[in-house]
This record gives sequence, structure tokens and C-alpha cells, in this order.
Amino acid sequence: MMRKFILTAAAALGLSLVATSAQAAGGVKVPDESWTWEGLFGYYDKAQLQRGFQVYHDVCANCHGLKLVAYRNLTDIGLGEDQVKAIAAEKEVEDGPDDAGDMFMRPAMPSDRFVSPFPNDNAARFANGGALPPDLSLINKARMGGPDYVYHLMLGFKDEAPEGFELPDGKYYNEYFPGHAISMPPQLMEGLVEYADGTEASEEQLARDITAFLNWAAEPELEARKSLGIKVMLFLLVLTAMLYALKRKIWADVEH
Amino acid sequence: MSELNTNNPALKWLEARLPIVSFVDHSLGSKYPAPKNLSYWWNFGSLAGIVLVIMILSGVFLAMNYTAHVDYAFNSVERIMRDVNYGWLIRYIHMNGASMFFIVVYIHIFRGLYYGSYKPPREVLWWLGLVIMLLMMATAFMGYVLPWGQMSFWGATVITNLFSAFPVVGDYIVTLLWGGFSVDNPTLNRFFALHFLLPFVLVGVVILHIWALHQAKSNNPLGIDMKGPNDAIPFHPYYTIKDLYGLGVFMMFFMFFVFWAPNYMGHPDNYIPADPMVTPAHIVPEWYFLPFYAILRAVPDKLGGVLLMFAAILVLAALPWLDTSKVRSAAFRPIYKWFFWLFAVDAVVLGYIGAMPAEEPYVTIGQIATAYYFFHWIVLLPLIGWFEKPRPLPESISAAARKGKAEPAPLTNNLGTTEKA
Repeated sequence: MMRKFILTAAAALGLSLVATSAQAAGGVKVPDESWTWEGLFGYYDKAQLQRGFQVYHDVCANCHGLKLVAYRNLTDIGLGEDQVKAIAAEKEVEDGPDDAGDMFMRPAMPSDRFVSPFPNDNAARFANGGALPPDLSLINKARMGGPDYVYHLMLGFKDEAPEGFELPDGKYYNEYFPGHAISMPPQLMEGLVEYADGTEASEEQLARDITAFLNWAAEPELEARKSLGIKVMLFLLVLTAMLYALKRKIWADVEH
Repeated sequence: MSELNTNNPALKWLEARLPIVSFVDHSLGSKYPAPKNLSYWWNFGSLAGIVLVIMILSGVFLAMNYTAHVDYAFNSVERIMRDVNYGWLIRYIHMNGASMFFIVVYIHIFRGLYYGSYKPPREVLWWLGLVIMLLMMATAFMGYVLPWGQMSFWGATVITNLFSAFPVVGDYIVTLLWGGFSVDNPTLNRFFALHFLLPFVLVGVVILHIWALHQAKSNNPLGIDMKGPNDAIPFHPYYTIKDLYGLGVFMMFFMFFVFWAPNYMGHPDNYIPADPMVTPAHIVPEWYFLPFYAILRAVPDKLGGVLLMFAAILVLAALPWLDTSKVRSAAFRPIYKWFFWLFAVDAVVLGYIGAMPAEEPYVTIGQIATAYYFFHWIVLLPLIGWFEKPRPLPESISAAARKGKAEPAPLTNNLGTTEKA
């Protein structure tokens, strides 16, 4: 009985997996990449996150916000408190009203969220030829393919659209962008930033690092989640084994 | 419910004033007789009840931190994820708990279909189960709207618009649902209020469901009634421990998703804040609605599709009469057994089609699968009952248990009794 039950359950699960992966279909298939945060014991490489932050700070932040992340969160990727204060203070935020009832500008503090590059969406569109650069706080969770998509999008630009493809003016051809015509120009080139830790800034390296940083921005709880998960699973395994033993013992005298 | 075997003076005192201890003992304890041959498929009812409790608890803590306003809802959910202590855990439990609830309840329903649990005397029990499923669907739908992501907004728009298909009253219903003339802040507010309320209504119907269960007692894999004390064992400790063991296995499955694949069953678009000006390329409901979504889309006519979708659930209420076979369990129904599995495959096909864009060949497959869905209930089920020759039923549950043993157990002892239970 038990075996039949498990077999049927496994078959049902298999069918449902087929169904859900079918749901993910549509759009260009993104090649699978391997990341440190994947798997049972996934973790973030802090040096990589810091490199990725450097890329975001020097390049992406000119157009893309990160408004769900606070400057204080940067201590999680290994930056010191003074560094975080200095990074926050580069931007100004509106505060107030003061005693005279006036709003005033002050340097951002670690408790503030990342200041977006544009005051609102209209300003962002106006500065970018009508296109709105999306906020990147959740980008790794908000796209089919997640980090794999973000990584390949950064590297997926082609100098020329394939023959027969009508590329509108002001757009760029990207292999992985849905519809292929993306408003963002190619961003990555070798040596774009000079990494503080001396890592060679190849295009692939830049793409990997920025993807890692954005994954942390989207899932800052990931390390805590996976490590708690291991403990919960071990607890459940032991508990369930004991419950099974107890079940066997209690049922030993029942003919069924 | 008067007898209570206890020497504890405090319990005796309480029992004389409010017989709650013996009430629980009769409901879920040692005074509730259950068939002794229940398989693990019978675990899913209690699992569903436990998931409901998990959903209500995690939901209450989310509600403490959630803001039901179109300008703040999305960010308040992200604040839960980032700044509330263990907020990510509570939210992922609630989010995946919804999927787990449907997995468990769908298995529970298919178990009922296989073993004929809807047949007399359990019709009301079955109907109450259908009411529970409808309430779950309404609650899940409104809950999915609350994070106010792109799928929240557009799912709400598509589903509420369905009601406009009804002639005359349709537009009034939609305006009432929206609280205005489009999906907007009043919609979010009322959905939040209803999403908080309905689970407690669910609890009420679950109590009725269990009440009706206790009147008829559990069905079992043989589908025959308990014919005496030899066929029954007390719910506690036998099924309490079996359910607890099942709960342990289920929790590992559940927690795997919570800790390692929390967004696997969700849609990435719901991490984009709702934008009434941008329609997503494909608007897909959550996986548990996909088969019904496929039925909805199988009909080119909007009203026809809506009616067919509701009919897909309502037809289940008529099963006690559509199924003409007197035999409950498919184990003794050589023909129905195969059609049961064919129907299960059909349901999965419908789910797959529901996830696909409305284009060929999916449209045709969806129409065939929808036609088969109704053909199964309305034509096949009555016919099979008439033509099928069921295998002989065992004389009793305990007789079947004795026969099932490879080596015949000693049938009688000196006292002429066999069972210890």
C-alpha cells in the first residue's frame, strides 16, 4: 500500500513539474549559469558582491534606481560603517519640515533607501528617449530566468540585427531581450571599472559580478533562509523518523 | 457524551460544567471509531485542516505589517521581506502555503472520487467539501491581488471582468466588486477585508464538514461500511499518530519550497509593481486555477466560457446521482478505475493548456480536453455504472484484512475473538 502510494505521489509530482515548467515557456530560452547562491548550501561571495556594487555604483546607478535597498544594508556585503556613511552622503534627500516649516535637502544617511537617479518616472523617461530604466531592486526575481537572464542580457548585445529584423531607431539588438529591441545601449566593456580588489574586469566578469550584486539586492535573506532551512529539515527528518517508529509500534497489534 | 475515564479532579470539575474534554474525545479522540483499513490517501483531510491553521496564523502576522493601499501595498510587502524580523519566512510560508493547500485539497478530492466518497450517505459531506473548495478559490484569488504586483492587478482585472459577461446584472456586479469603475484602491481595500474574513468562514464550513463526516463516518479503501467493532479502531491513538507521521513527511515537502524554491510556483511578473498602463505579455493565473482557466478559454463566447467554468465545479455537486454504480470503491470497479485515471490525465492536460498562450494547437487541445471533462461526468459516469460488472465486495473490512495476509493469521483464539482493537 505504502509503495503504491509513494509511486502515485511521485507520478503526480512529476506531471505537475512538467506542467509548471511548461508555464515558464515563452520568450527566448536563457542558457543555465551556475551561481554560488544556488543549491542546498548556497551562499553569497562577499568579494563578488562588493565588485558588483562597484559596477552598480559607477555605471548602472546613473539610470537605474535601487529604491528598496537601504544604504545600511551594504554592511551585509562586507562594507564598513564609515564606507556606508560616505556612500550614502554622496546623495541628497529631501527632509523636513524644519522649525520654520520649510523642507530642506540633507546628505543621505545609512538609514535612507538608495536615492533614485531621477525624481520620478516622467523625468526618467524624458532623459532616456522615452524609455523607463526599471528599478533594479527586484530585477533578479522579476524576470523569467532570473539571474541567468540578467547575466545573458548584459552580454547579449549584437552589433547588428540579423538580416530581416527591423530595428527601430534608438533601439539596440539584444539576443535575450523579449522582442530583441532594447532601449538600453550595451553597457559592459573590458576595463569599464577598475576593481578595488584587482580582479580583471572582463565583460563576463563584470556581468557576473553585477548579476550577483543584484541577486543579493533582490534576495538579501537568501543565506539566512538556506541555513535555517538546513536546520529545519534536519529537525523534521529526526521528528518524522521518530513519529514513524511510534506509528509502527502503535499499529503493531492491528490487522489491517 | 457523558463518560470520561479520568481521575483528574480538575478535569472532572470542568467536565461537569462544560463537557468539552469528552466532546473533543468523541470528535478526534479515542471515542471516534474509524475504519481500520484507511490508507495514506486518508491523511490529506487532516493535512488540509492543518494547512488552514498555518495559513491563518501566518496571514494574521502578515496583516499586522501589510498596508492595503495601491501606493504602499507593494512596498509594504517588500518591507516584510527585508525589514520585518523573519518576515521573509512568514511571507514565504503563506505564499507557498496557498499552493500546498490546493495540492493537499486536490489530492483529497481525487481520493474521494476514486473511492466514491460522495455516494450515500455522504452527499452533504461532499457538498460541504465543494463549498470549502469554492471559498478557498475566492480567498486565494483575493490574496494574490494583495501584493499589488503586475499579475495581481491584471489577474484581478481579468477575473472580475468575467462577471460582466452576465446579461443585465453583469456590469453592476463588476462595479460592486471594484468599488468603482476600474480595479483601484477600493478594490484592493475590499479584497483585503474579504481575504481576512473568508478564512474564518472556511473554518466554520470545515467544522460542518467534520460534523457531517462524524455522522456518516469515514469511507475507506474498500468502500464498504464498518460492520462492527472488528472493523473499527479508535481515531486516537491510531490515526492521530498516522496523521502526525504524514504531517512530518508533508512538512518536509512544504518546507523544501519555502526555504529553497520559494518563488517556484509564483510568477516573476508579480515582483513588478502594478501598472495599469502596461499589460503583461501573458496573463496567467496561479497554477491551481489553470485547469479552470483552460475551460474558460475553451469557449469563444465570453458568457459561455464563464458559465462552463462555473459548471465545471457545479457538476461535481451532482456526482451522487451521476454515478449510478452502487459500489463505492474503484478497487472493485474494473472499468471505472481506468476512466478515473484518464480523467486525472485530462485534468493535468487542462492545467497545461491553461498555462499556454491562446494559440494553436493549444486551443484545439483545450477544447477537446474540456469536452472530455464534461463527457466524463455527464455521459461516462452514468453509463459505466450501468454496464460495469463490479468485482465481488468483501464481506467485511476485517475479513478482507485476514484474506490479505500472505500467511493466514490465526483466525480465532481460545475466546473466539480475533481483534484487539
